[in-house]
Amino acid sequence: MKVFTTIAATLTPSLASADWETNMPIGVTPTSEIAYDIHMLIFYITVVIGILVFGAMLYSIIYHRKSIGAKPAQFHESTKVEIIWTVIPFIILVGMAIPATKALILMEDTRDSEITLKVTGYQWMWQYEYLEDDVSFFSKIDDESNKARQLNSGIDVNQVKNYLRNVDNIVVLPTNTKIRILLTANDVIHAWWVPELGGKKDAIPGYINELWVDIKKPGIYRGQCAELCGKDHGFMPIVVKAVSKTEYHKWVSIQQNNKVAKNK
Amino acid sequence: MSANIEKLDDHHHKPSGIMRWITTTNHKDIGTLYLWFSLIMFFIGGAMALVIRAELFQPGLQLVVPGFFNQMTTLHALVMIFGAIMPAFVGLANWQIPLMIGAPDMALPRLNNWSFWILPFAFTMMLSTLFFEGGGPAAGWTLYPPLSLQGGDSLPFVILSIHLLGLSSILGAINIIATILNMRAPGMNLMKMPIFIWTWLITAFLLIAAMPVLAGAITMLLTDRFFGTSFFTASGGGDPVMFQHIFWFFGHPEVYILILPAFGVISTIIPAFSRKKLFGYDSMVYATASIALLSFIVWAHHMFTVGMPLAGEIFFMLTTMLIAVPTGVKVFNWVATMWKGSMTFETPMLFSIAFIVLFTIGGFSGLMLAMVPADFQYHDTYFVVAHFHYVLVPGSLFGIIAAVYYWLPKWTGKMYDETLGKVHFWLTTIFVNLTFFPMHFVGLAGMPRRIPDYAIQFADFNAIASIGAFGFGLSQLLFLYILLKTLKQDVTAEDKVWEGAEGLEWTLPSPPPYHSFEKPPRVE
Repeated sequence: MKVFTTIAATLTPSLASADWETNMPIGVTPTSEIAYDIHMLIFYITVVIGILVFGAMLYSIIYHRKSIGAKPAQFHESTKVEIIWTVIPFIILVGMAIPATKALILMEDTRDSEITLKVTGYQWMWQYEYLEDDVSFFSKIDDESNKARQLNSGIDVNQVKNYLRNVDNIVVLPTNTKIRILLTANDVIHAWWVPELGGKKDAIPGYINELWVDIKKPGIYRGQCAELCGKDHGFMPIVVKAVSKTEYHKWVSIQQNNKVAKNK
Repeated sequence: MSANIEKLDDHHHKPSGIMRWITTTNHKDIGTLYLWFSLIMFFIGGAMALVIRAELFQPGLQLVVPGFFNQMTTLHALVMIFGAIMPAFVGLANWQIPLMIGAPDMALPRLNNWSFWILPFAFTMMLSTLFFEGGGPAAGWTLYPPLSLQGGDSLPFVILSIHLLGLSSILGAINIIATILNMRAPGMNLMKMPIFIWTWLITAFLLIAAMPVLAGAITMLLTDRFFGTSFFTASGGGDPVMFQHIFWFFGHPEVYILILPAFGVISTIIPAFSRKKLFGYDSMVYATASIALLSFIVWAHHMFTVGMPLAGEIFFMLTTMLIAVPTGVKVFNWVATMWKGSMTFETPMLFSIAFIVLFTIGGFSGLMLAMVPADFQYHDTYFVVAHFHYVLVPGSLFGIIAAVYYWLPKWTGKMYDETLGKVHFWLTTIFVNLTFFPMHFVGLAGMPRRIPDYAIQFADFNAIASIGAFGFGLSQLLFLYILLKTLKQDVTAEDKVWEGAEGLEWTLPSPPPYHSFEKPPRVE
């Protein structure tokens, strides 16, 4: 597979970076890190269980076959064994449930946030409103991706930068700030999801859902709608740019000035 | 008295040609009809899956527009669930329940005929929507409003056809319960029933409990769309999330409707080819019943991201995790059955072993999905697609294929080609993994499900999955060939086809007479 990646990388440079990614990103927020930790914990537990169960089975398949003269044993029940393999999995489950419940409580705690971003889903774009700073705009797929993604567009999508993961207006958020994100929708159900910022929540008409992020690392993070919302469901990306607080405030004042200028 | 006998005798003459199949009340004929029907639907649903995989082979849109892509994902699911897997299990029930409990036929033979013949009409109606101006349903098989209310004219047709399918399932379930509870051979008490009968009895109760809930949900959709109600539209005071709660209250038991009979099949085949009795029969029965009961209190794990209260999320996480206990018991019992057996590896056994391994992998990813903090990442991604295909394809479908290989010689009196069967097994198993395993990776890396086109970083694994899907699809043509080849040859199978097989069906000749067990056998 390595060889293949190298060849692919030399042939098409845009293919290289995240290719063959096989795992969940650790991400850059406390919630994404928790999700990753729980994910890996359960994954390793299931791997161990898998090795034991499939190992026993494989042993049996190799050594208890008729062709090497195995004679069938007569046992077919044992209350003791049944109790053991009911109780032990139960204990393992309790061991999994405790950290998971703790993590969940933390993830759902949206108190003490510093700024609030309201996100409204539309077919097929997002509206962002910074409630404290009175900034608001729509964000939809960028023109280049949109042209390339048409049926038989004749454009090589491998050459399009951030194909399907780029927008016209980027969401700017400050780092090291607890940000509450309110989610709703105005037509059908959507879901707002940027994997590196942690989990997703549905944006549902008539509902306001909550999510919080606290981005620890500046950078550009990309995601997209995660709930089937009609024909262009695959084409409503999300791009979040995380910057330092001072840069964020600069950005906010530019947005406000633009708005004032527009209104004049 | 003599008139009676004559009448009874008369019963043995069946009409010939097409009328035999339309008017039949014989459980064997109806079982055959169900199985062929489900095979046809399997190929139709499979063709739809290949349209999906062909489009996803490369990034960019090459073959279909997004709207049609969504119709394919929606109909692929509806056809496979209601057209392929469920009817195949009912077909197995029809053939096997009377043979395994020593009954002459199903308890309600005319109802049996009707519950089958509803199906072709229902699916003709559902699939005809593809030729409508606005196309078929495109809101996913879960039909979530408000999106499902936006579609073209297909919605009422799809809803009516789902109503018919539900009707067919409920009638079938009533028949199965009536047969199992009333028509067992003398001496066969409940805890002596073959395990396949147990799993089907429990499944039938699930069907009766779950299908009416679905009927209620989709009827409310219908009135929302056409009669001005707003059960599910927020602008009229309704609640889109309520639909999801009602839908999944049906949907989760439905998941077990799709797997419990397969558990029964595997619990029958593993002992037969291990030449050893099923380990822990009683605990298998209790585990099946516990899974069925738990299935009614876990539904909201399909919708962790809708913004439930914390207490709700914790409750549904814990109950869902609990299902791992009885499911684990089943897997351990299968392994314990194989342990110190004297195994041979004919095609049904190969499919059963693959079932245990791959279904367990699907169970592992299911356990991961139960963990809400991680599910916020997994939800609605290809990780979920990988999970449910692992439990449905190498799970339910392998169970059905294993059952067909296992009982086909009994049904037809003809032995299938063992070498070809093994080739079919290896091709199917390799391609199934090639198709669905990479989906775990792209899902974890961030690819949402139900999208016709994707960002470039998902390209390589999608290409692999598409190659796997085409390989898998083509391998099933071999299955069809094996079936037809078997039917064409002369009667060759022994009465007791498999050395280690146990049960009343093996006391009958192969093929069994048109009317079997006219006098009930005695059990012990």
